Amino acid sequence: MIQVRYFARLRDQLGSPGEEMNEFPPTIGELAERLAARGGNWAEALGGTVLMAINQEMVGPDAPLKDGDEVAFLPPVTGG
Amino acid sequence: MRRDIRVQTEPFDVGEETARLSAGDFGVGAVASFVGLVRAHNRVGDEQAEIETMTLEHYPGMTEKALGRIVDAAAERWPLQAVTVIHRVGELQLGEPIVLVLTASAHRRAAFESCQFIMDILKTEAPFWKKERLPDGKERWVDARESDGKAAARWLGDGVE
Repeated sequence: MIQVRYFARLRDQLGSPGEEMNEFPPTIGELAERLAARGGNWAEALGGTVLMAINQEMVGPDAPLKDGDEVAFLPPVTGG
Repeated sequence: MRRDIRVQTEPFDVGEETARLSAGDFGVGAVASFVGLVRAHNRVGDEQAEIETMTLEHYPGMTEKALGRIVDAAAERWPLQAVTVIHRVGELQLGEPIVLVLTASAHRRAAFESCQFIMDILKTEAPFWKKERLPDGKERWVDARESDGKAAARWLGDGVE
């Protein structure tokens, strides 16, 4: 199982802070594609520029997923 | 190198933090500081807009790690004795301080440059997000600026790694 988290604008667009998934694809990029394939808000939110993190480290789309991972999808950051 | 990294809702006192940074370390000859404030005006597309309050969200845990990595990257590039980074979260009013970066070194050049480096990278890599509330009560997430990406790229190319 992996825990998937959504932050800021993405969370508002999706209407969800996150979800747990028992079944997940081998990479985070494929997970993003699978989520976008839900259509509607999902396609819109995940179709733009989205940052991805596994266990609180930024990763690229080829990063592999494993059981127990904390996965996050983040909008471009605007702090400072 | 001493490092003090904090994410907090409370305000900070620049004088107090500056004194703490170099206290007892007589090798420090220069301290540079940057303070970011909540600004009343923001540009959305071509339009100016007034804002009423700002709320900052972050990704607890990841934020601290990201800030730590940015400070480490600065310490690899410049000879630094101490760094303080304080970033506030939660609801902030106009004019309130958002972020403080202090860098201490033997000489000014390392202090100035590393302070700017830390801010430039923080703007594009630390997981904070600003949401503005307008006078009509509407809220909107602030868009990332292309100029921030360019400022960071100037130092690094693609990223802290």
